[in-house]
Amino acid sequence: MSKEPVAVTGIGQTAHVAARRDVSLAGLVREAARRALDDAELTWADIEAVVIGKAPDFFEGVMMPELYLADALGAVGKPMLRVHTAGSVGGSTALVAANLVAARVHRTVLTLAFEKQSESNAMWGLSLPIPFQQPLLAGAGGFFAPHVRAYMRRTGAPDTIGSLVAYKDRRNALKNPYAHLHEEDITLEKVQASPMLWDPIRYSETCPSSDGACAMILTDRAGAARAPHPAAWVHGGAMRSEPTLFAGKDFVSPQAGKDCAADVYRQAGITDPRRQIDAVEMYVPFSWYEPMWLENLGFAAEGEGWKLTEAGVTALDGDLPVNPSGGVLSTNPIGASGMLRFAEAALQVRGRAGAHQVDGARRALGHAYGGGSQFFAMWLVGTDAPAT
Amino acid sequence: MREVAIVAFGQSVHVRDSAEISEVEMLMPVLHDVLAQTGLAARDIDFTCSGSSDYLAGRAFSFTMALDGVGAWPPVSESHVEMDGAWALYEAWVKILTGEADTALVYAYGKSSPGDLREVLTRQLDPYYVAPLWPDSVALAALQAQALIDAKLTDERELAGIAARSRADAESNPHAQLRGALPAGEPLVAPLRSGDCPPIGDGAAAVVLAAGDTARRLAARPAWIRGLDHRIEAHSLGVRDLTDSPSTRLAAQRAGAFEGPHGLKGRGGVPTVDTAELHAPFTSQEVVLRRALGLDAADGTVRINPSGGALAANPVMATGLIRLGEAAARIHRGASDRALAHATSGPCLQQNLVAVLEGE
Repeated sequence: MSKEPVAVTGIGQTAHVAARRDVSLAGLVREAARRALDDAELTWADIEAVVIGKAPDFFEGVMMPELYLADALGAVGKPMLRVHTAGSVGGSTALVAANLVAARVHRTVLTLAFEKQSESNAMWGLSLPIPFQQPLLAGAGGFFAPHVRAYMRRTGAPDTIGSLVAYKDRRNALKNPYAHLHEEDITLEKVQASPMLWDPIRYSETCPSSDGACAMILTDRAGAARAPHPAAWVHGGAMRSEPTLFAGKDFVSPQAGKDCAADVYRQAGITDPRRQIDAVEMYVPFSWYEPMWLENLGFAAEGEGWKLTEAGVTALDGDLPVNPSGGVLSTNPIGASGMLRFAEAALQVRGRAGAHQVDGARRALGHAYGGGSQFFAMWLVGTDAPAT
Repeated sequence: MREVAIVAFGQSVHVRDSAEISEVEMLMPVLHDVLAQTGLAARDIDFTCSGSSDYLAGRAFSFTMALDGVGAWPPVSESHVEMDGAWALYEAWVKILTGEADTALVYAYGKSSPGDLREVLTRQLDPYYVAPLWPDSVALAALQAQALIDAKLTDERELAGIAARSRADAESNPHAQLRGALPAGEPLVAPLRSGDCPPIGDGAAAVVLAAGDTARRLAARPAWIRGLDHRIEAHSLGVRDLTDSPSTRLAAQRAGAFEGPHGLKGRGGVPTVDTAELHAPFTSQEVVLRRALGLDAADGTVRINPSGGALAANPVMATGLIRLGEAAARIHRGASDRALAHATSGPCLQQNLVAVLEGE
C-alpha cells in the first residue's frame, strides 16, 4: 500500500499581537490563508478541501466556528473538517490534512489553525468548573510548574536554565517579523529579575496570549512540481495520546511523546536525531520545557537536556537550533501554536525563514503537545522528496 | 482505493437526562460492546478518533476525560474532531486509506441535559451579527419549514406523516428515546409542532472500522464503505436556498450513491440503495434531503430511517454517527445490501456527509 508523498508548497501566517482589533475572526483566518495561497501561487479554486483546527471553543465563545468560517476560507461546496486535540491541535490539524493527500482523497488541501484570544479570556475558558473534577490550577502554569520542579530535582539542572531558554527565544523572535513579542531591550538579567509567577516559572519564562493564525497548502507530487518555490516534504508524521492522570504517569517525560517521536523517526529513517536533524521547532510554552523535550524527543540522554541548552547547542547559531522563530515563548495563539511549529520547520527546509534561517537546514522537526502533557503531534520535513 | 468496512456498531439507550452518570460512564459500555463484537481489545486498535463538542458539556477539553474510557495506555494513536462523530469516522477512514492503520475505533457522545440545548446551539451562529440575537435551533428550522411550505414542496399533513412514520419505526428500536404512535403534537414554533422536532437527549455511539481481510475476519458480513464524502455550504441563512441541499447532493454524487452497486452505471439521479438513514432532526429537513437525494424518484423502493431516525433519538454529536452505524447494522444482519447514510452539522443542514455502504 503506497502513500502519496505530501509537500508543503505554501505557508502563511498573520501578524501576531495581543489583540487584533482590526479584524474579525473571519478576517484573521483569511489573512493567513491568503498569504499561504500567495506563497504557493494558487487561488481558492485550486483548493479541494479545508482542514481547520483551534483549541477550545470557549476561547472565543463560538461553538464549532468552522460553520461560520466556511465562507471566509473559500470552503463553500468543499469538504471542511474541524480538528480539536487541545494544545497539540495545530499539529494534529496539519497531519489530518496531510493524510487527505497521502491517501489520495484530495490533491491540494488548505489547512489552517487559529486563536483569537482577545475575544474572550483563555485562563477562565480553561477553568469552567464541573463537579467531582479538579479545576485546572489557575491556568496552565499552575499545572505545569510542579512538573518543572520534578525535572530539576531529577536531573540536578541548575535553576538558571529556564532563563537561558527564554532569553534565547525572545532574541530569536527579534528576527521574526511575525512574532508577537519583540523585546528589543531584553537582557538575561531582565529575564532573571522578572516576577516569579508559579515557582520556578518566572513571568518572562512564560508564553504570551496572542491573536493569530497560520495556514499551509499541502499538495501531492504533481502539485509540488508546479509550485513556484521549493517545497518541504513530509517524511514522517504521528500523533499519540495518553490519559491526563494515572498512577505512574511520567509528567517529566511522557511515554506518548517518546512513542510519537519514535514513530516519526521510523517513518523518516532517522536513527540519530541529534545528528540527522538540523533544526527543531518544539512547543515550549514555559521555558523549562526546552530541556525536558530535548530528552523526551531523543536529542539528549535522560538528565542531559539542560546541558545542551547551557552549552548553547540550541542557539540559532548552535549545533542544533531549537525554536529559531522565537517559539511559543514569543508567540502563542494557542490553537495555531502547534501549526506554527510545523510551518516554521517547513520554512527552514524550504530555505524561506528569512532572518531566522538556519544555514543549510535540510531536515527539521515540528512538535506540538497539549492537555496535561498527554497529546502529542509531530512531523519531520525535509528538503528532498522522500524515497518511495 | 483500499477496501474499508464498518464491522461493528453499538449505541447507548438514549435518555432525556443522564445526570447520574458521567460521559465516560455513558461511553464505556458502548466501547466494550463494539470491541466485544469484533473480539478486539483496545490495545489491538491502530487508530482511535472521536467526535464531541465542549459546548454541550459546558467545559473546555471535555473530550480528554472521555479518552480515559478508551483505555489510552500504553499511548494510543488518536485524534478528535469537534464535530459529529460521522466526521470522526471520515478522519479514521482516511487514516486507514493511507495504510498507516488496519483498524479504527470511532466514537461520539453528547449530553444535552446539562444545558438548554436550544440556547446552546445559538452559539454556533455568526458571533458578530447573528448569535447576539439568540435565534434558537427550532426557530431556524421553522424558517426552513415555512420556506418549504411557501414553495409548495410540502404541507403540514405530510410533515405529520413523517413524524408518525419515524416514531412508529422506532417501536422496534430498543435504543430510541421516543417510541410509538405520537399525535402531531403541540404548536412549538409555527409551522413546526413538537412532533416535527427531535427529542432532547443524552447518548453515545461507537463503531469499529477495518480494512480488507481484517474486516472479513472480524465480521461475518462487513458493511463496506464504497464511497464517503462531505460538503459544507455558506453559513448565512440569507444566502442559501433553504428548500434545497446542494451539498448533500454533491456529497452523494461523490460517494457514488447514484451509481450502480459494484461500480455499475446507475439510472441518473436516482439513488441505487435499498436503505437510507438520514440525519434529519426535523420532519421538514427529511423533505429537503429526500429531494436532494432523489429518494422520491426511487418510487418507494428505498426504506427511509427504519431506525426511527433523529426524530426518535437525537444525542447531538452522536446522531450522525448513529445513522452510519444503523445503516451498517442493517447490512450486517442481511436486511440491506446497499445503504446510504447521511449526517448533518450546522443550522438548517449547512454541512452534510454521505456514505454508501454495501454488503458483499
